[in-house]
Formats: sequence, C-alpha cells, structure tokens
Amino acid sequence: MTAPLLRVERLRVELGSGEPIVEDVSLELRAGEVLGLVGESGSGKTTTALALLGFARRGVEITAGSVEVAGEPLTGRGESAVRALRGRIVSYVAQDPGLALNPALRVEALVGDLVKAHGKARDGGVITRALASVHLPADRPFVRRYPHQLSGGQQQRVAIAAALVCEPRLVVLDEPTTGLDVVTQARILEEIDRLRRERGVAVVYVSHDLAVVGSLADRIAVMYAGRVVEEGPAAALLARPRHPYTRGLLGSVPDPGQPRRLESIPGVAVGVGERPEGCAFAPRCLQRTDERALREMPPLEDVGGGHRVRCFEWALTPRLTLQEPAVPPGLEPKGPLLVVEGLRAEHGGRHDLVVAVQDVSFAVVTGECLAIVGESGSGKTTLARCIVGLHSPAAGRVVLDGAALAPRAARRSREERRRVQIVFQNPNDSLNPRHRVGDAIARPARVLRDLSARDAAAETARLLERVRLPARIAERYPGELSGGERQRVAIARALAARPDLVVCDEVTSALDVSVQAAVLELLAELRAELRLALLFITHDLGVVASIGDRVLVVEDGVVCDDGPVPALLQTPEHEYTRRLVEAAPRLPRVTELA
Amino acid sequence: MNAARLRFVRTPTGLVGSLLLAAVVAVALLGPLFAPYAPDEPVGVPFSGPAEGTPFGTDFLGRDVLSRVLWGGRSVLALAGLATLLAYAGGIAIGLAAGYSRSLLDPVLMRAADVMLSFPALLFLLVLVTGAGTSKAVLVIGVALVQMPLIARIVRAATLEQSVRGFVEAAVARGERTSAILRREILPNIAGPIAADVGLRFTYAIILVASVNFLGLGLQPPAADWALIISENRSGLTLNPYVILVPAALISLLTISVNLVGDAIARSLGISTARRRLVR
Repeated sequence: MTAPLLRVERLRVELGSGEPIVEDVSLELRAGEVLGLVGESGSGKTTTALALLGFARRGVEITAGSVEVAGEPLTGRGESAVRALRGRIVSYVAQDPGLALNPALRVEALVGDLVKAHGKARDGGVITRALASVHLPADRPFVRRYPHQLSGGQQQRVAIAAALVCEPRLVVLDEPTTGLDVVTQARILEEIDRLRRERGVAVVYVSHDLAVVGSLADRIAVMYAGRVVEEGPAAALLARPRHPYTRGLLGSVPDPGQPRRLESIPGVAVGVGERPEGCAFAPRCLQRTDERALREMPPLEDVGGGHRVRCFEWALTPRLTLQEPAVPPGLEPKGPLLVVEGLRAEHGGRHDLVVAVQDVSFAVVTGECLAIVGESGSGKTTLARCIVGLHSPAAGRVVLDGAALAPRAARRSREERRRVQIVFQNPNDSLNPRHRVGDAIARPARVLRDLSARDAAAETARLLERVRLPARIAERYPGELSGGERQRVAIARALAARPDLVVCDEVTSALDVSVQAAVLELLAELRAELRLALLFITHDLGVVASIGDRVLVVEDGVVCDDGPVPALLQTPEHEYTRRLVEAAPRLPRVTELA
Repeated sequence: MNAARLRFVRTPTGLVGSLLLAAVVAVALLGPLFAPYAPDEPVGVPFSGPAEGTPFGTDFLGRDVLSRVLWGGRSVLALAGLATLLAYAGGIAIGLAAGYSRSLLDPVLMRAADVMLSFPALLFLLVLVTGAGTSKAVLVIGVALVQMPLIARIVRAATLEQSVRGFVEAAVARGERTSAILRREILPNIAGPIAADVGLRFTYAIILVASVNFLGLGLQPPAADWALIISENRSGLTLNPYVILVPAALISLLTISVNLVGDAIARSLGISTARRRLVR
C-alpha cells in the first residue's frame, strides 16, 4: 500500500471567540482517490475544505491538528511558505465560479497567472493543455474572453483548469456543481472522474448532495456539527449506513429512478455556538436508548473495512428500507380546476424582447399534483407568475373553474385570488423581515377571507400546528428562524387563504436535503388532507419522483413531454426527457437494497 | 422593533447622543423660563465681559447674553425641525411613488428632482426669500424644498430594491392596495437607510436656517436666535468672546447629538436583521 497523499490529523478550527467550527477531524486520502465530504449547511464542510489548504477565513483560525499533503505540512508554517504550496501541490475550486473568477481578467490570465506566480514560464502550451484537460477550446478567441462571456458550465471548467494548471497532487472542489443544471453537472462530474483516473490527482469533493457524491467518490466522510460522524468506503457507507444521521440523510435523498416516500430527520440542525454537550446529533436521534450520548462525545469507532462511525449504538442503526410513495388520493372525475391555454409570456420591451414562455397548455384537477420540470431559463417561474397574476401573458389565458382569470392579480376578484396561492423559492425573500410570523400568516386570512383579528389569530395557531411549528413562533421574526422553518411559515401563509390550488415555485431548492424531505412530506400530507391541487415547479427530477402524479417537461418555454410520473421517469421516450433523466444523479447502491 | 429600540439605547453612541440631545432641547425649550432678563432688555455696557448677574457678559446692545441664548434656541429647533419633517414627508412620498411605479411617473418625478438639485442650495433659498419675503413659513418651505430631492432619491433607490422582493410580490398576488403595500411591506424595510441620514439632514437644515439668519434674510432683529446672535455680535468677538462661543457651542452640540442619535438608530435597525449573518 502506498502512503496516503493527504493526511489530516485532529484538525480543529475556531472562531475568534473560541467557539469551534470544526473539531477533531482526521482524514486520509490516496492518490487517484476521491473523498466526498458531505454535510448540510453549518456542518463545517467548507471550513474543513479551506483548512486543507492551510487557510482559514477572516475571524477564523486553525488552532490544533495538522494537514499534510504529499509529505508537506500545510499547518504550523508561515503564510508565505504555505502560499508557495497552494496551487502547486494543492488547489481549490470555489462554489460559485461566477463569483470566484475575477471578472476583469481574461481566460488566459485566469488560468495562466498561477503558473507565473509559481515562477514557471507562462508559455501558451501550459494553458492549452490545462484547458484541453477540461475539454475547453484553447483558441485565441476563447482565451481572450472574460468570465461573463462564458456559460456557467464553462466558467466552472475554467476554474477547474486554473486549479489544475500547476499539476497539483490534490484538488479540493467545494460544491462545484451547485447552481448548474443537471446536464452540465453530469458533464463536470465525468470530467473530474476522468482527471483522477488519467492523472492520478486526489480529489476532495465537498457537497451537500449524497447522490452526486455517491456517484463519484471512493470514500465518503459525513460531517455533522463540525465533526466527522461517519467515514468509510463509499459503497459500504451507502449500502449500510451505520450512523443514524447518515441513514437519515440517505432516506431524505429523492431518487428519480425510484419513486418512494422520503423520510425526514426530525428536529433542526444545530449551528455553530449552539452545539450541545455529548453527541451533537443525540437530541434528534430516534434510536438513542440511554442518556450517555447526551453527556459524552462518542469516539470514532472502527466497524471493519476502514469504516468508522461516531456513535455508541451504531449496531442498532436499522437498514434503510424503501417505502412505496403515498397513494395519491382518488381524483374526482370532475372538470379540471385550472386550465392554461396557449400561454405565451414575454420579458423586456421592444428592443430586448425575450420570450420566456412560448406556448404552454395544461390542466390541473382538484387534488392532483402536477410537476413542471425544466432547466433554468426554461420559463417555468414566469409560468407560475402568470398563473397567480404577477405577470401579464402576451397571449393565451388562465381559466379557473371555467372562468377566465384577469391577467393581473389586482383585476381578479377576491375569491379568485383566494383560491390560487403561491409559495416562492426563497423563504428569506418571500417573508417580510419586519413582520412577525403570526402577522404574516394572519394577513391572507384577514384580507382574502375577511376574518376578524381574533379569528385570524386562532387560524394562525391552527396553521402553525398543521405545518408542525410550535405556536410560540408566531411572535418571532423570520430572521430568527432556520431556512426550513421559514419555508413552513411561507406554506402556512399560503394555506391561510384556504386555497384550492397552491403553486410551489422551486420551494425546496434553497433548502438542505433533510429539510427538503420534511417539506415535501408536509406538502404531500396537506394535499391529502385538504384536497389541495399542487402545481409543483422544480428542476429536480428526484423531487418530482417523490411528490408528483403527473409531470410536464418544459424546454425553452414549450411543453416537450408529459405523462404520469413513474412511467415518464422510468422509461422516458422524448429525447430531452431522457437526457434529463440520465443526467440526474442517483444512488444506485440504495436501490439495490430493496 | 421594540428589541431594536432597546439595543439603540444600550449602545454608547445612542446613550450619549440621546442625553446630549435631551440637554440641548431642554435648554432651547425650557430656557426662557429660567432667563434672568427679557431677551431685548439692555442691562449694561455693550460687549462687557462676564460679571455679577450676567455670567456670559453682554452683547452689542448691552443685552444679557445668557438670557438671549436661553431664548434663542426655540427658533433654530422649530425652523430646522419643521423643515426636516416637511422634507421627509415630501421626500418619502415622492421616492415611494417614483420607486414603486412602473409608469412614466418615475422619470417625471426624478427629472424634476434633478432640476432642483442643480441649483446651489443657498442661492435657491436667497432667491426664494427675496421673491416671497422673509417669513418663517417661506424659510421652512425653502429649506424643505432644498432637502426633498436628495431624500426622494435615496427613498426611490431603496424602494426599487424592495419592490422586486418576494414578500412584495406575495402582497401583490393577494391583491393588496398599493398604499398598503407601500406602508406595510416596503416602508418598514427602508426605514434603516432613511433613518441613517436623518441626523445629517437635520444638521444641514440647521446650517441652512442659521446661514440665512446670519445673512440677515431670515429672522429679523431684535429676535433672539442662536445664529442671529452670532451674526449680530461678530464685531465684538475679541471684546466678549462668550457672545459668539456660547451660541456656537450650542449649535454644534445640537448637530453632533442629532448625528449620534441618527447613527445609533440606523445601526440598531441594521443589526436586527444582520445579526444572524454575523454569527455565521
């Protein structure tokens, strides 16, 4: 066996106040291997990734432990000594290439400057080779471009080329495909896989998405509240997760190939500074049998085959079983609730006209969940805005229960506005930061249903319970809630109008996977209980698989495919649908289990 | 909001600022009750230094400086305060209307504001006062008009930013009236940037009012007014410096304390939303 290329020992990173962000992280990685570092927001994964370069953000400090790459220590040395190693033996690709690439530099400088910084000759050949290695052209027009002249996928490739140009032994990729559409993501993942095979580069791949990591990594380390809670060979870890948190995460990941009911993890992830004593996951853990884990931090225990788990009772963790999706409620053979006919929507004025929606027609029946899938820019959000009256269509009409709706919400009757509600993508943005949660939820009930202040308050309390939030939250402001809690409040606000149809515009894309599972669970439940129709707009086929009855695939503002969910996802016939389905990351090893 | 208010008092700038402001306002409002003489009553030789009964000496007509200063704060506070209030009332209304409307109203209002901005403030005031007469009402309206375009611009920019946010769209989809959207959804969220320069605007109003009074085009003698007192007595600076220094110090204290309070309000409003981000 060769010596490990990356060796991290008992790494500890703290805030200036002494609050730990990352504690006791030890990792090893060999050349040519991919380590997936998985965790939800606040788990310390990005801090760990940066520490692999001996770097800590402002106000943050590496206070203990060591990082060694190819025998060179990156911690405990002067900044200039470490800087000489960055890029040469270890390099970093940041999450958002649109922000990480200097907008004032051309591609040739972005890639080439690192070579110059390390004192090598900056000849064209190096840049050409680096760009070729990520399948980008190296001709003159291309290398003279600025980042804004590239697509998102090209930007990320340029960033990866820049990271590779000095032929480092280790590349740290921080969420490199978040924000890219699935097809581009699949290509980037392929590229990374090829690089490690052909060049023997070791890769640390940081992501919140187990499905993406599962398709690429040799080893996976799962982080929770700043510690590695489980680490081991990818196949073993995914097939038989031993930590209850890992199992919970796996149960939360929707899989387009296997429609199933998602299981969410109860409770809320802890943030920096609020970590409990003992095992940080213990308060949310369903299989905890004694109080020991509340007082004592369990050690990382080897369970065989290089698979380590930080849990006293890992032997109790049950296997992950797949549950059939909830049976959709029987649909009434009544006429459709909402019909969209030949809708066309445009943005901009005479000189810069963009057609967002070209020609879309569909119908939704009471109690049905219709998913609308498309990549970014396919016009799905504009479609949602037309339905709720925020955007005037250029042609076509929206019909509710047989009556055509006015294009603008202000022109619709109160009853029409009440019956169709919308939940937006980003709950940080859709809740007024200056309104208490209780007031936000009560408002639609007062405006659209004419409830008195007292009745609205009672309704608010009922709705909070319905979306499984404690009643005291009514007194809080949105800024005091977590992302998942905020999205529940936004859902409760939509329900306060007692709608017949709720338009959900990418409602889970700003959320962590386990939180996403909880929100999807909630929506499915509400739909069954309240006989709601859902129009579920998303780019994620996995989400469609777990909630949709029927799916509409939209490409460039045109419906290109539609059909019932299981059939369309398992045997896609339309070429575009097939491309989407094939590109979607999935967890092959989990499905083998069932 | 209550939490923000509490934090505001707890900050050192907020505390010092509000104490200072309270003291200066108390002098201005309650001063006449404690003045030993009437403001226009000659009590001694012009420009005599501090003496028994006249702790800050006398002015160019032999009137008691202390009494005149105690009488002279009301007009500064009232004129500058009213002008600032009026400027904000108009500026916020114009800014909200321009920022939220997607129609021609926006460019029309903003170009009008640009025209206003192109006049030097003092020149505009002098022309106005010369044309419309030296009444207090003209002075207040003039100072307000000078300030209004700048406030409108800030409010418009902040409104534009807020009006595309999700909670505003949610309100539009609910069919809320425009006035309710502006008042309930947008105004509370732009209060921070607006409050941030209330101090600066009020200070500027004081300076403008004082300048016009100093130039003799505002309040007329024998009215007691801090700025007018400085103007009238500038020839006696070497004979009795108190006659200049005391009113000048009070004007400075007023502007400094108003600025401190404004800063503290802005900061406490900002922190109430940014706190979570700081923790990360």
